[in-house]
Amino acid sequence: MASVAPLSPPIDPADDQSLESVVVRFAGDSGDGMQLTGGQFTLSTALAGNDLATFPDFPAEIRAPQGTLFGVSAFQINFGSTDITTAGDAPDVLVAMNPAALKTNVKDLKPGGLIIADEGEFNDRNLAKAKYEANPLTDGSLAQWQLLSLNISQLTLDSVKPFGLGNKEALRCKNMWTLGLALWMFDRDRQPIVAWLKAKFAKAPELADANIAALDAGHAYGETAEISGEGLGLKQHHVPSAAVPSGLYRTVTGAEAISLGLVAGTQLAGLPMFFGGYPITPASAILHHLSRLKEYGVTTFQAEDEIAAIASAIGASYAGSLGITSSSGPGIALKGEAIGLAIMTELPLVIVNSQRGGPSTGLPTKTEQSDLYQAVYGRNGDAPMPVIAARSPADAFECAIEACRIAVQYMTPVMLLTDGYIANAAEPWKVPDMATFAPFPVTFMDTAQEGGFLPYARDEKLKRPWVKPGTPGLMHRIGGIEKGVNTGHIEYSPANHQAMTDIRQNKVLGIADSLPDQDVSLGTDSGKLVVVGWGSTFGPIHQAVRRARAKGRDVSHVHIRHIWPLPKNLGTLLKGYEKIIVPEMNTGQLKTVLRDQYLVDAKPLNKVSGQPFRIAEIEAAIEDALK
Amino acid sequence: MNDMTPVAKMTPKDWETDQEVRWCPGCGDYAILKAVQRTLPEIGARPESTVFVSGIGCSSRFPYYVESYGFHTIHGRAPAVATGVKLANPELDVWIITGDGDALSIGGNHTMHILRRNLDCQILLFNNEIYGLTKGQYSPTSREGTRSPSTPFGSVDRPAKPAAFALGSGARFVARGFDVSKNLPDVLKAAYAHKGAAFVEIFQNCIVYNKDVFADFTEKKNADDGQLWLENGKPMLFGKGAKGIALDREALTLKVVDVVDGDWQAADVIVHDVTNRSVAHMLVEMPFGSFPMALGVLYDDPAPSFESAVVAQNEQAAKGKTPDLQKLVSQGQTWTVGSGAETDAAEAGSAGSGPEL
Repeated sequence: MASVAPLSPPIDPADDQSLESVVVRFAGDSGDGMQLTGGQFTLSTALAGNDLATFPDFPAEIRAPQGTLFGVSAFQINFGSTDITTAGDAPDVLVAMNPAALKTNVKDLKPGGLIIADEGEFNDRNLAKAKYEANPLTDGSLAQWQLLSLNISQLTLDSVKPFGLGNKEALRCKNMWTLGLALWMFDRDRQPIVAWLKAKFAKAPELADANIAALDAGHAYGETAEISGEGLGLKQHHVPSAAVPSGLYRTVTGAEAISLGLVAGTQLAGLPMFFGGYPITPASAILHHLSRLKEYGVTTFQAEDEIAAIASAIGASYAGSLGITSSSGPGIALKGEAIGLAIMTELPLVIVNSQRGGPSTGLPTKTEQSDLYQAVYGRNGDAPMPVIAARSPADAFECAIEACRIAVQYMTPVMLLTDGYIANAAEPWKVPDMATFAPFPVTFMDTAQEGGFLPYARDEKLKRPWVKPGTPGLMHRIGGIEKGVNTGHIEYSPANHQAMTDIRQNKVLGIADSLPDQDVSLGTDSGKLVVVGWGSTFGPIHQAVRRARAKGRDVSHVHIRHIWPLPKNLGTLLKGYEKIIVPEMNTGQLKTVLRDQYLVDAKPLNKVSGQPFRIAEIEAAIEDALK
Repeated sequence: MNDMTPVAKMTPKDWETDQEVRWCPGCGDYAILKAVQRTLPEIGARPESTVFVSGIGCSSRFPYYVESYGFHTIHGRAPAVATGVKLANPELDVWIITGDGDALSIGGNHTMHILRRNLDCQILLFNNEIYGLTKGQYSPTSREGTRSPSTPFGSVDRPAKPAAFALGSGARFVARGFDVSKNLPDVLKAAYAHKGAAFVEIFQNCIVYNKDVFADFTEKKNADDGQLWLENGKPMLFGKGAKGIALDREALTLKVVDVVDGDWQAADVIVHDVTNRSVAHMLVEMPFGSFPMALGVLYDDPAPSFESAVVAQNEQAAKGKTPDLQKLVSQGQTWTVGSGAETDAAEAGSAGSGPEL
């Protein structure tokens, strides 16, 4: 893992020396195709051998009014020759397709960074919509940055003229012109994008040709400007390949990785998958991916609501499939009662929560980690449930498999926490060798039992047997009413409820026996300070700790995957440090759990702006703590 | 299902569990339980391949008393759980036991969707027009003016009509019966024979909180004039054959006509056609009082069931594809990093064929 040290001096368009890493942000109107541009730039960057991380940031509205500040959609990519774990603190390059995009993003740009703006969109109407009183491209207000003001709209129109498109359609190619220029700036291959455009517009070859022409024109513009030395003397930059382990790689988003992990998990368990889902941002992509994978024994069911989504998954688990459901905070809230049913009936179930900003509808497209309490505590009654959190898109694959394993090996619902950032962000992924994953095949009880069948009898792990309806001689009834020990009959007696509550509690706590010890991601297993994180804050925490250690600070990084039950050695480990900081994108939820479980003085570092932590924010907190 | 050994013919007794039945003495649920236990052996059902799924309420305790697989779920959600059960194993016979509050209040949404999707199952809705288990509050089927602990001055909202709700939701089978009726097993048999969602409204007497609310047609002395038992291909006659249901061709509504000397043709009495959806709509809306209560199979016109369509589509989509996890994780645009830091773009030409970024 290496630095994303601020480029000092910041990227100079006239300087062609090699760069260790670069942060580029594409920003435009939500109709400008910025996510697409970013996605394709990501692909070409991955193919060029850079390590990378991305951060798509888009409005909740599908088509927000054109040119408005709230309709701005942005895509940030950090790529380099070193290990990249965050999308980068501040962009080196900002591509602004209109005044609103400039206004909402320019304040993040590094001092001296480069702005590429489409001056063709900086007309009075758009300036007014962005609440600019004067044109920032000409009034000198951008003096602290370098400005490359081009009429991208006109250049695009010129480049696609031969294809006879209408003005509106022709202007839609703007993003490809911009992408062409960006590809040239960083010496990227256009071929994969050309192939992608041809496939995408297979049914409208004239659109494919126009987009390719725009892409080529943007690229050629860079070349020509460099050779002729016109304008700013735009130059190419070289970001060398990252030194990463050899093997086959692909890019993967968290939603893809979770879907693949769930398929792998059910296959390793030897079970068909039943996925009950209801559309919700940012979780829907998992339903979309899985609905195409029928050959892996996957049945997907778009239910009438969140409750039916989980209830159907519980029914499917009862009938012998592995039931899975997925949602985001508000939907998980609706599923709460049914999660309790799965806990009471002790059926396996995987619940994926792609967290977003809350409470209520909150910030559907922004990221937050504020559902930890909901995951660990958020049900009526004493209702223990294992909780796992993924730290990155690639990590989500293994977490999904782990969730399936725990669900079937302990007959319990398991919650997998991810978030909007992980779900949407892409990163390079070393394709795993599936032969290295040990299968965990499920054995159903299928023969009549001597002395009668006890559906709530238990093995050494306190797991009850799983019997599929259809099995002769083992008919039994289950439900949400308290169960008698062993018999599973309705039983309200005080001693029985005490016994069953203890069993449910101990069963889930006992999962810790099957978990690896908590390790230290970076640093030492004792010392002055430890920064403890979970979920998608892994990247910025890791880089901040690395930088602080490079300056000689005694600080370590502990990252927790298993939120409940916690790894058995975690308490002892944490007590080996003098101070503990817990950075979270919430108001201090893991912090509370750690304090409660270990009586340690964990200090919160909180951010709930809908944006991921910056490395510098955590670095500053480390310096503060060590003062 | 997997039992290959020949089995002796089952009896109602074989479908009883060792559990003590916990309904109030005299509750209509006992009669319904008996009718179901009498029906199951007759239709050749097997305990191991039968699943009773219920929600919450007095009726929903039902699965504990039937010797088969049973799942007592949460309030209103039985149709959703049953959908998962049936999709996971379409071979199972799935029965849903629910009540007026469970199916039409808290679970109304799921009831609508299971009927619309036409999942192959039997839905027995015990309608007693009251909340029993929570001690007597009015329910969505309670008549206007019902006095209850939560409506001491009488309810002011108009009741839902279960059979009309079912038909409006797209049900392909709608029937009615009542707890102590000797015809109930026949109605249940017809429901079982129907492939798809079979909706049966069973009027049930809650002797504690809503006693005798259906006595106007269930009591012996009211049976002749109060009950219209429908039979496919037979004229819609009641009142010992002296009355019938005919179409008022001017108003496009149903009307009660007198039948003289058994000549129902002369009185233009309608011959029941279970596949006639328009007449079914009129039958479920028939106001009791000026009309008798329509009972038996009101509508039965099968359509492809949901789980069979899902299975067919899954099979079609999987056809010719071999599951290969290694191939699956390697999909999309990939590249190979050599032993050094050498990078080589591979399969770049397949751009666009993989999952979208």
